[in-house]
Amino acid sequence: MSAYFDAASTEPLHPAARAELLAALDGAWADPARLYGAARAARMQLDRARARVAGVLGVRPDEVAFTSSGTQAVHLAVLGGAAARRRAGRHLVVSAVEHSSVLHAAELHERDGGEVTAVGVDVHGRVDPAAFAAALRPDTALACLQSANHEVGTVQPVAEVAEACRAAGVPLLVDAAQSAGRADVPAGWSFLAASAHKWGGPPGVGVLVVRKGVRWRSPLPKDERGGRRVPGFENVPGAVAAAAALEAHRAEAADDGPRLAALVDRIRTEVPRLVPDVQVVGDPVRRLPHLVTFSCLYVAGEALLAELDRLGFAVSSGSSCTADTLRPSHVLEAMGVITHGNVRVSLPRGTGAADVERFLEVLPDAVARLRRSAGVTAP
Amino acid sequence: MRFRGRTRREPEPAAAPVPPQPGGPPPVLVIDALGRKCPIPIIMLAERIREVPVGQIVAVLADDPAAHTDVPAWCRMKSQEFVWEETLARGGWGFHIRRMY
Ligand SMILES: Cc1ncc(COP(=O)(O)O)c(C=O)c1O
Repeated sequence: MSAYFDAASTEPLHPAARAELLAALDGAWADPARLYGAARAARMQLDRARARVAGVLGVRPDEVAFTSSGTQAVHLAVLGGAAARRRAGRHLVVSAVEHSSVLHAAELHERDGGEVTAVGVDVHGRVDPAAFAAALRPDTALACLQSANHEVGTVQPVAEVAEACRAAGVPLLVDAAQSAGRADVPAGWSFLAASAHKWGGPPGVGVLVVRKGVRWRSPLPKDERGGRRVPGFENVPGAVAAAAALEAHRAEAADDGPRLAALVDRIRTEVPRLVPDVQVVGDPVRRLPHLVTFSCLYVAGEALLAELDRLGFAVSSGSSCTADTLRPSHVLEAMGVITHGNVRVSLPRGTGAADVERFLEVLPDAVARLRRSAGVTAP
Repeated sequence: MRFRGRTRREPEPAAAPVPPQPGGPPPVLVIDALGRKCPIPIIMLAERIREVPVGQIVAVLADDPAAHTDVPAWCRMKSQEFVWEETLARGGWGFHIRRMY
């Protein structure tokens, strides 16, 4: 039996989401833009899903739009937020450790003649709010900060940065993909992006929130659907399931969250004790409670992930090079920590303590084996 | 802005300028890890730093971009002193480290 420790990539579908997804596939398949009964039913379901998501996020239902992914929500927020403030200027501020969806959107903005400032982080991957504030300029159109980092779990100072943005009159996008459904996002932002599959919802559903009174202009061709924010025929069953999962995940987090946090704390203390030359990375205190990342010196991350997979553990890494790049993780690089031998353990709801114990049992040998085969003798 | 996978046209403004003078005493050992992927340059450094006397300099030549982060990070973790880095004409870097213990 394999243990799944990669909730930060995606959380397994919540049973409540599965039940409502199946029901909505049968009951809410009609075109929500039409006027007959089945269409009205689909529209009601969509409106209800929006209201449920808004309820958990603490916003108004008409501020919520469903997208085709967290990535699309980020793209729409970055490009649409910047487009709406073209008259103020074409300067964007992002943190250096944002998700690729933010950084790629910022690159596109830059290719279109805009300018981007990436604010660095400390060795724990945390943005200094004063440094972020100092990067804001009179011509800054938009600022972007994640609620928590996807590779190392560090929670960012969103409240402080939101206050600095408010003072400077700059709208703030919060990429809450890693924390939505787990913890409340501090107030004060203008745009929020999130992703349903991270909280046990179905794949292919993201959430874009644009606060009332915030200017936004679609970077895409005109379309009447998705509240004029997200073009195309709405994925009503997906939205319904996303809302169900969000409510369920949030409700269960009260009980399951502390339990997962205790398991992660155990990994955090035991791994450096059991494995020589390991560094736990990310902020030791201000962090996502269900996630821990560590780097094992002298081991290739990909080899370690493959070995752990063989031993029955699905874990991920920030350092795995994707096919189109030979660069190490931009997050670990920005932090200035070891980029090789990186393992991210993120526990989905209901993770058993026995699986964590088994992980702690097999990890030291797995690392030792790989080090031996690489010829490492150094103490 | 700097991001993985990105090809830039302009030189990186954040990159440290290449010092015209060596930033420290000459190395007593030069480890050639050019063409080797991390963690191999770090393994070679960890294995061979014991060959130089305490207080002396070992240089690692590497061109894997990960080494640029990993060598200084390794020095911090292992309490060795990262002295300076040179940019090599043929590409890559020379990282100069002082053995502290
Ligand atoms: C911080 C962050 N932002 C955005 C995304 C993108 O979400 P999606 O997978 O729905 O495109 C992710 C998911 O990988 C993420 O971790």
